[in-house]
Amino acid sequence: MHLSTRTERDATIITVDAARIDAAVAIRFKDLMRDLAEGRKGRIILDLGKVDFIDSSGLGAIVAAMKQLEKGQKLELAALNANVDKVFRLTRMDTVFAIHDSLGSAVAGHAG
Amino acid sequence: MQAEPGHSLPEQALRRHSKDIRLTFPSSPLSVRRALQTIIADLQDLELEERGSVELVLAEVLNNVVEHAYGTEERGWISLECTSEPDGLHFRIRDEGRPMPEDTPPMGAPSPLPERLEKLPEGGFGWFLIRDLSRDVLYQRVGEMNELTFRINIDTARRAN
Repeated sequence: MHLSTRTERDATIITVDAARIDAAVAIRFKDLMRDLAEGRKGRIILDLGKVDFIDSSGLGAIVAAMKQLEKGQKLELAALNANVDKVFRLTRMDTVFAIHDSLGSAVAGHAG
Repeated sequence: MQAEPGHSLPEQALRRHSKDIRLTFPSSPLSVRRALQTIIADLQDLELEERGSVELVLAEVLNNVVEHAYGTEERGWISLECTSEPDGLHFRIRDEGRPMPEDTPPMGAPSPLPERLEKLPEGGFGWFLIRDLSRDVLYQRVGEMNELTFRINIDTARRAN
C-alpha cells in the first residue's frame, strides 16, 4: 500500500497507488491517511482512480480516515471505479461523503 | 475407437468444468487476497459487475472466517468450492474455527446512519453486503466444521450463448 500526496489549488490530493483497499491493508491505510493529513488545511481529496476493489474493511478504513480528521479538514472522494462506487451505494455511505466523478471536477470544486 | 482430440467432451461440459473451482488456503488476510485473485482470474467471462459482486461477497465471507471463526492469532485452513449451475454460481466455504454465535449467520440489516460524524460505523457492513448480493445463504455446524453455502445469480442466458 502506497499513497502519494500533492497540492493543487486549495486542495490536498492523496492518490491511492494500489489496486485494492482490503482487509490486508485497512489498518495501514488508516495510519497512512492520518500521517498524510496531519497539519493540512481545508479539503483533502482522496483519489481512488487506481483502486478496483474495496471490501467492508477498506470502507471502514475510509470512514475512520474521515473521523480522525483535524478541525477544519474535509475529506472528499474522487474517481471511483464501478465496483468501488457500488460498495458506497449499497451501504449508503455515498450519502456521507462528497463524491466526485473525476479528480478534475473534484479540484474544480463542484460535485459530479 | 478413439475420439478426435477436442471432441471427447461436449463443449458445454468443458465450459462447465472450467467453472468448478476448489481451493484450500491458510486463514490470513493475504491468503484471502490471493484466493480471491485466483477465483476472479477463473471467472473472466463474467461481466465486470458480476465479477465485482462475486469478489465482494467472497471477500466478506472469507474475512469473517479469518477475523471471527479463527481470529487473527489462530492458524487454520479455509476451503472454498465453486460450481456453476443454471441458476448461478454455488459456493461452499468450510473452516474449522469457532461456530457462529447462536449457530446463525447475522441478518446484516443496515443500521440507520447517525447524524453525527463521530458516531458513523466503521464496521458491520460485511453481512449486509453478503445478504444483499447473494441468495440461499445457509450455515451449518458439521461436527467441528463450519459450512456456509450460498448462490450468486449471474446472467445464465448470456453465458449459454
